[in-house]
Amino acid sequence: MNQRKLIYLDNNATTPCDPRVVDAMLPYFFEKHGNAASRSHQFGWEAEDAVDYAREQVAKLLNVEDKEIIFTSGATESNNLALKGVFEMYAKKGNHIITVETEHKAILDTCGHLEKQGAEITYLKVKEDGLVDLAELEAAIKPNTILISVMWANNETGVIQPMQEIAKLCEKHGVLFHSDATQAVGKIPTHPRELGVHLMSFTAHKMYGPKGVGALYVSRKNPRVKVTAQMDGGGHERGMRSGTLNVPGIVGFGKAAEIAREEMHQDAERLSKLRNHLEAELTKMEETKVNGNVNSRMPHVSNISFKHVEGEGLMMTFNQNIAVSSGSACTSASLEPSYVLVGMGLGDDLAHSSIRFSLGRFTTEEEVNQAIELVRNGVNHMRELSPIWEMYKDGVDLSKIEWTAH
Amino acid sequence: MAYSEKVLDHFKSPRNVGSLNKDAKNVGTGLVGAPECGDVMRLQIEVDDETGVIRDAKFKTFGCGSAIASSSLATEWLKGKSLEDALRIDNMAIVEELALPPVKIHCSVLAEDAIKAAIADYQQKNNQ
Repeated sequence: MNQRKLIYLDNNATTPCDPRVVDAMLPYFFEKHGNAASRSHQFGWEAEDAVDYAREQVAKLLNVEDKEIIFTSGATESNNLALKGVFEMYAKKGNHIITVETEHKAILDTCGHLEKQGAEITYLKVKEDGLVDLAELEAAIKPNTILISVMWANNETGVIQPMQEIAKLCEKHGVLFHSDATQAVGKIPTHPRELGVHLMSFTAHKMYGPKGVGALYVSRKNPRVKVTAQMDGGGHERGMRSGTLNVPGIVGFGKAAEIAREEMHQDAERLSKLRNHLEAELTKMEETKVNGNVNSRMPHVSNISFKHVEGEGLMMTFNQNIAVSSGSACTSASLEPSYVLVGMGLGDDLAHSSIRFSLGRFTTEEEVNQAIELVRNGVNHMRELSPIWEMYKDGVDLSKIEWTAH
Repeated sequence: MAYSEKVLDHFKSPRNVGSLNKDAKNVGTGLVGAPECGDVMRLQIEVDDETGVIRDAKFKTFGCGSAIASSSLATEWLKGKSLEDALRIDNMAIVEELALPPVKIHCSVLAEDAIKAAIADYQQKNNQ
């Protein structure tokens, strides 16, 4: 396969590492290979300085203090640390956590784990546009509620939750607010302190940094939040996360944050135009539907259902040329369609028919135009093959057919 | 997950895509699966009344590459077979021929179901 010809529209899965980030990281593999915890020699000091500088770069992106950034191995670990750490630390205050059905598995499975430890979890449903209902959220708060965890932007649809309003509810009821901001940080402004978010998870590899390094923002004042460490050892990261720091990764994370801070607005402006163009062209085809609230959405994401065509089959028509993701999990053992789309009230059939396009800093206009043509051809081809498309065209009411579920 | 060459071949150039007249007496139609499950197969056979041999077979499938390949292969195998022989087509033969991975075995099961449903429909129409 000719890799250069492959168009990458799966930036929500991971972004390529910006070459400027790679350049910043390289010295920290050999020449400056020190352990940031080595206090007795030049190698250690150099590594420590590099980590301090990166922490500053990351903190600046968030408009927070350096000391409020805890480096981890990625957003999954950050989410685990936030939820389990708060649950253990605030056990005397209560055991109730509120989250949302459309969260990432790193949140949902962590909550499932905590339920076994005695936590009470409320999983809020979302509206058809993917947003949480604020009245429902407030109604779910109880005297024993210690934490509300709502993701900033959804990985599958790009839908952005009403963070400010949720933060206000948390303040009003004296509940901590955590957000999995993995898909938002570095792409749109995410300033937790200004908004009233007390803990925030994010990762480098979704913002043109390297894989294997992430962070948890933990508010240090008003309120001073503490989490119980989930990794025991040398007491790194102010005791909240032991383990030798991934110095090259952290340096890259810092550089990625610096670039994001400088370029996010121009990236977002360019990408939203390209995304809108892609979406406008593809939805010219009949029986297509954009999933998620289009007025509260990440600039680079589009999730489209192509009715009467199965997503995985559709992807197969163009996966030699375009890399995207499907809401149809036919590839996994479960055969279940996306729970995020189903949670938004999409029928399983439409969820199976959906494709997620996520553009990125290195996506070009030419690539988007090629993708439009390839996807169109693919949809037309698959509809030719689809018995339910034929039935739809013949005016058959598909809801009246007795399907044989298998 | 990479697909086998044979799946790719059937997916890229599916055999016998199309429709037969479902109202004709010598045509049997099998429609199996459900859109909610991500797979729907429609398989049709046209049977020679004299000999009882399947003269033609057509399919349309909503589904993943393996589902499309399974039904495409099924139509190839059906042509020229007697109904009795057609009923003996086993899903595991499809799995083997297409080298389907375990998570895709359901596609072959669906193809076998579609064959059986098409034959049953023909037999019902002809009071057999």
